[in-house]
Amino acid sequence: MAILVDENTRLLVQGITGSEGSFHARNCIEYGTKIVAGCTPGKGGLIWENKVPVFNTVEEAVRKAGANASIIFVPAAMAADAIFEAADSGISTIICITEGIPTSDMMAVHSYLRDKKIRLIGPNCPGVISPGKCKAGIMHPEAFSPGKVGVCSRSGTLTYEIAAMMTEAGIGQSTCVGLGGDPIVGTPFPEALRLFQEDPETEAIVMIGEIGGNAEQAAAQYIKEHVTKPVASFIAGSAAPPGRRMGHAGAIITGTAGRASEKKKVLAAVGVKIAESPTEIPQKIREAMALHKSKKGR
Amino acid sequence: MKIHEYQAKALFAKYGIPVPNGRVARTAGEVGTIAADLGGKVVIKAQVHAGGRGKAGGIKTAGSFDAQQVAGQMLGTRLVNHQTGPEGVPINSVLIEEALEVEREMYLAILIDSATGAPVLMASEAGGMDIEEVAAKSPEKIIKVPIDPGMLSFQPFLARKIAYGLNLSPTIVRQAVSLINGLFSLFKSQDCSLVEINPLVVTKDGRLLALDAKVNFDDNALYRHSDIREMYDAKQEDPLEVEAKSKGIDNYIKLDGNIANLVNGAGMAMATMDTLKLAGGNPANFLDIGTINDPARVVNAFRILTTDPNVKAVLVNIFGGMSRVDVIATGIVEAFKQIDIKVPVVVRLRGTNLEEGERIIAQSGLKLIRAKGFMEASQKAVAAAAGKIS
Repeated sequence: MAILVDENTRLLVQGITGSEGSFHARNCIEYGTKIVAGCTPGKGGLIWENKVPVFNTVEEAVRKAGANASIIFVPAAMAADAIFEAADSGISTIICITEGIPTSDMMAVHSYLRDKKIRLIGPNCPGVISPGKCKAGIMHPEAFSPGKVGVCSRSGTLTYEIAAMMTEAGIGQSTCVGLGGDPIVGTPFPEALRLFQEDPETEAIVMIGEIGGNAEQAAAQYIKEHVTKPVASFIAGSAAPPGRRMGHAGAIITGTAGRASEKKKVLAAVGVKIAESPTEIPQKIREAMALHKSKKGR
Repeated sequence: MKIHEYQAKALFAKYGIPVPNGRVARTAGEVGTIAADLGGKVVIKAQVHAGGRGKAGGIKTAGSFDAQQVAGQMLGTRLVNHQTGPEGVPINSVLIEEALEVEREMYLAILIDSATGAPVLMASEAGGMDIEEVAAKSPEKIIKVPIDPGMLSFQPFLARKIAYGLNLSPTIVRQAVSLINGLFSLFKSQDCSLVEINPLVVTKDGRLLALDAKVNFDDNALYRHSDIREMYDAKQEDPLEVEAKSKGIDNYIKLDGNIANLVNGAGMAMATMDTLKLAGGNPANFLDIGTINDPARVVNAFRILTTDPNVKAVLVNIFGGMSRVDVIATGIVEAFKQIDIKVPVVVRLRGTNLEEGERIIAQSGLKLIRAKGFMEASQKAVAAAAGKIS
């Protein structure tokens, strides 16, 4: 088991004929991911690189190729349309890599998905990897190794960095999910935590947060009420000034809740082990797991 | 993207939101003409991208006879407060408005609640104050009405909830519903990330008006609003940041420390700043160079970083995923060829095509300070900035 993607994932690539889409589709296939279809309107009938059938619509890709998950690489102006199309065509796991989607487009998406059994990851994210099973994302695979710690993060590169540090320390990962750096994302921390909590293969969770918004506070509330597995966390942006957008659209301190210090405080209060720098994550997750074991033993 | 108050008020007027009579002026002469036209007492407001103008001397009252003189002392100077940093922001224009007799001051805004993924109306009877402070000290004074996107269009009951919550008299309630309707229409149709009226006032003669106006736009949506993009005033931004943008480096923010850093990924860049602080240093900037496929961007980044006179060392911290380490290495070597770099440079490289990157750096014979670990890199950068290693 893992969460979101595994050996049973039949992936569709929306935007497979674009430069980003084809580059990453190639890397995912190389990793072992089953890419069963591509979708580019107007290119239906093409066999991409003599391997993957391309369809004009997602509906066709689902019906003819049996796609059950989708990864989206289409440009920002068309990305919301692509998410709607995937959701409307019966795709249950949608991973949107695209950066720069207007917030109002995402509000419409969010409202549409609200009561449906569809999982959206992203946008503005690196995707998902279940090491050794499936890579539906743009991450550098060498950083990851199979194991029992789930990782969820608002950041891309920092996830690779932390996963690599864990891998070097001999701590493998069940699944690593990049949730996205935008103010509105399909799967915020509480949902990701729920998936890891319910996954029998995941024994502990690493949560990589950052300044801005109050997603980490919502996570702390969720951990307090529902999470029994040990959690360690790093929150990026302790040194960031308020009022300035630090790269990610969502990474801006607008109130007290947006500060790293505040987020660390509320997480620590519910028993999360806090790493002051990314390098401390392997040690903190070990501590959290050891503490958990000793509590269980008693 | 931010715009000036006078631009926001022009948008307000277009959407039927009442604002005081007034016009913008760029010279003292223009101020005199406008003040004479308005007659009576006027308010002179510095047009800068910063709040807290009143306390910083950016808002003054004058008669139509001395408005020119008062504005003349403001124009061409810089407004400095805690929001602007020590350098301040230039006052290149002023808004001249009729002075109104105000009975009540309130607060009204529409913003996006990322937790619900929907816009929310926010109002308070405590107007004219820092809303953050109100929220922290007396949260019961803030009314929040979420706007469900499923309603397709704005419904007046949402505005009525705000109006009655603010204890407005019956005639003003009607004005408020119309004003809030206009405000939401503006928010939605122009892809705003924030519209804020602080204060929203009731005048002694029973009118509801936006005395101030703040409108921010979603940068991601600017591509579909060319008229909004034209309102951008680069003079309000840090000159180095503007230069960085012109060179294709969108995510550079100048800070007040002395250790420059060049990183790929926003989270990594923030974590690098945090680690520099933990190591006892002070970052000179935030810089997410993004996915690199052209060494020229690394050269441009070095140019921006080394222009800042405070910089005593540069830290390059790269985890090549989609960015290839060899391209970064080529960029570093090229930067040393093209720019006279006088400060020590610490380089940590990891990820895709690392071996090739290392070979390029070794072959260049450059004297770089090398680091393997994340923390080690920050510690070496701090030592280098202090002149302890080179």
